[in-house]
Amino acid sequence: MSSERKIRVLIAKPGLDSHDRGAKIVARALRDAGMEVIYTGLRQTPEQIVETVLQEDVDVLGLSILSGAHMALFPRIMELMQKKGLTDVLVFAGGIIPDEDVPHIKKMGIKEVFGPGTPLETIIEFVRKNAPRRI
Amino acid sequence: MFKKEKLEEIAENEKRWRQTTLPKWLSTRPERKPTFKNTSEFEIKRVYTPLDTADLDYIRDLGFPGEYPFTRGVHATMYRGRLWTMRQFSGFGTAEQTNQRFKFLLKEGETGLSIAFDYPTIMGYDSDHPMARGEVGKCGVAVSSLKDMEVLFDGIPLDKVTTSMTINGPAAMLLAMYIAVGDKQGVPREKLGGTTQNDMLKEFFAQKLCIFPPRPSVKLVTDIIEYCARHLPKWNPISISGYHIREAGANAVQELAFTLYDGITYVESTLERGLKVDDFAPRLSFFFASHNDFFEEIAKFRAARRLWAKIMKERFHAKNPRSLWMRMHVQTSGCTLTAQQPLNNIIRVTLQALAAVLGGTQSLHTNSFDEALALPSELAVRVALRTQQIIAYESGVANTIDPLAGSYYVEALTNEMEEKAMEYIQKIDDMGGIYAAIEKGFFQREIANSAYKYQTEIDSKERILVGVNDYTVEEKEMETIPILKIDPKVEEEQIARLQKLKNERDNHKVKQVLEKLHYMAEKNENLMPTIIEAVKAYATLGEICNVLRAVYGEYRELIII
Repeated sequence: MSSERKIRVLIAKPGLDSHDRGAKIVARALRDAGMEVIYTGLRQTPEQIVETVLQEDVDVLGLSILSGAHMALFPRIMELMQKKGLTDVLVFAGGIIPDEDVPHIKKMGIKEVFGPGTPLETIIEFVRKNAPRRI
Repeated sequence: MFKKEKLEEIAENEKRWRQTTLPKWLSTRPERKPTFKNTSEFEIKRVYTPLDTADLDYIRDLGFPGEYPFTRGVHATMYRGRLWTMRQFSGFGTAEQTNQRFKFLLKEGETGLSIAFDYPTIMGYDSDHPMARGEVGKCGVAVSSLKDMEVLFDGIPLDKVTTSMTINGPAAMLLAMYIAVGDKQGVPREKLGGTTQNDMLKEFFAQKLCIFPPRPSVKLVTDIIEYCARHLPKWNPISISGYHIREAGANAVQELAFTLYDGITYVESTLERGLKVDDFAPRLSFFFASHNDFFEEIAKFRAARRLWAKIMKERFHAKNPRSLWMRMHVQTSGCTLTAQQPLNNIIRVTLQALAAVLGGTQSLHTNSFDEALALPSELAVRVALRTQQIIAYESGVANTIDPLAGSYYVEALTNEMEEKAMEYIQKIDDMGGIYAAIEKGFFQREIANSAYKYQTEIDSKERILVGVNDYTVEEKEMETIPILKIDPKVEEEQIARLQKLKNERDNHKVKQVLEKLHYMAEKNENLMPTIIEAVKAYATLGEICNVLRAVYGEYRELIII
């Protein structure tokens, strides 16, 4: 166990909306659960987010968006992740995302979408279970 | 409010009750929780008696409606004279679509308009800016130039409606466009009625939609207050907002205290312009949230009025009674609404709206039950508006003023709310004022802590949210309610309109007026007149903001988890 490094997580806010309450709470909960968490702050472009994933060498990327622009921004982020060879990074999303968009989002390679009211424990468990293990 | 002997008698009886009747009940029927608290962390007592309001002086602390300290309301007749303004925040897609929604709401009996702008507009970007990708018309209407504003108010005479604009960073530009539309319609400026939110301070620690750094931001806020004091007598230049502070996670007393402190700062910055307090204070307005804890909210609204009146009188020596009025708009709390079993939200909104009315608000927005899912559909907006109308016309609560005054609980809570808010205000004063507190991350940390605490209470079931962590159902009710969708074509259409405008306008004139704006900004002049000139020349919102970005710089967020 001791040789296994802590799970490194990037919580990112794409889009222009400033609803960061959920993103910050999730960031803090994951940190309290023993992970290393970086939060990007607001209004990150897909390019900036993927650059941070690369620079910070994270295992997990959590995307929070409540502006409705997810179907424009998520494909771009996933495309850039692919290009940079970051296919082993676990990606999940949260925010105000209509149900009918979820299958499309999952098809892009985003593993899970957490809507409003999701218990923090569910997200923590999800990350623990699905984060790629690295030495 | 009771004679000393009477209070002593009550105290003796309370003691007897506590020692005899109560223990018998507690042993057979213990209480559900060891302590009962509201969001502000006030411990709620088992029962309130005259002993809890023993120090209350009716004339000093409550008074009569329309008289100092305005605890019971700012108007002497309140809702018996005129009901609150039912104002539903709306805006989406193109200016044409929002224009249609406005006309629908006016037809349904709404009495004031309220514009939601999309994120690019709020951030001072034109619809064709790279940052605007995917966002145009999503959470509000896109307004990149006077052209869009003309379409937005097509067929709506500005002297017949009042309009509230939820806009902060670029408030000066949007107000300038509204003035320009009024000029074109031939409406005299002194007849324009409405509100610009124009409260930048809360942006730095709560809503976080900032373009420029704090000091130039407050300079622009003050430009509008000053300009309106001189030219737009019926316009509320600012709506000092607790709503976003609350939605970001603050509890009720933090919402109250931080909002009042923002208000204090704006009064100070306007006094520095050489205006007298009574020249502008009557038009300052406020905006609060109404959350779930019914009595806590009512106490907050009552305490807010009393505290602001005292601040204006004692700290700023205002003489005009209107300067002491806290006129408020209230919106029910979006963050309390759930995606699970969304129809339950109608009940939450009803309770929150009732608290706002019992708290004496001047204007109210009721949220739509589909808020946790998407922008409201027409059905959901209608139910929200009907909720207000039922409270107004059927419930009877509007028949008398401040009906909860004198309740031992409500008065004790109102006092506690005022005391605790005052402690925060003192603390911020001691920290060196608003800028120091923002730079230290004080507000950000307070809010983040409260938000995290609230969520952990839900996760541990210490706080029950019906349909979320208890009384859940398997099937998804939301699939049966219609959802408003924004057509992706909106972005294309909007960008095409903008391109057309840039080709057709007098670009030489635009260049000249933008150069003048740059010069005036560097000279630190009031920018309103030049901004009006610029929008009339069809300079775009993005172009005007870029001039000011060059002069003031851009704000960089202080990240605090």
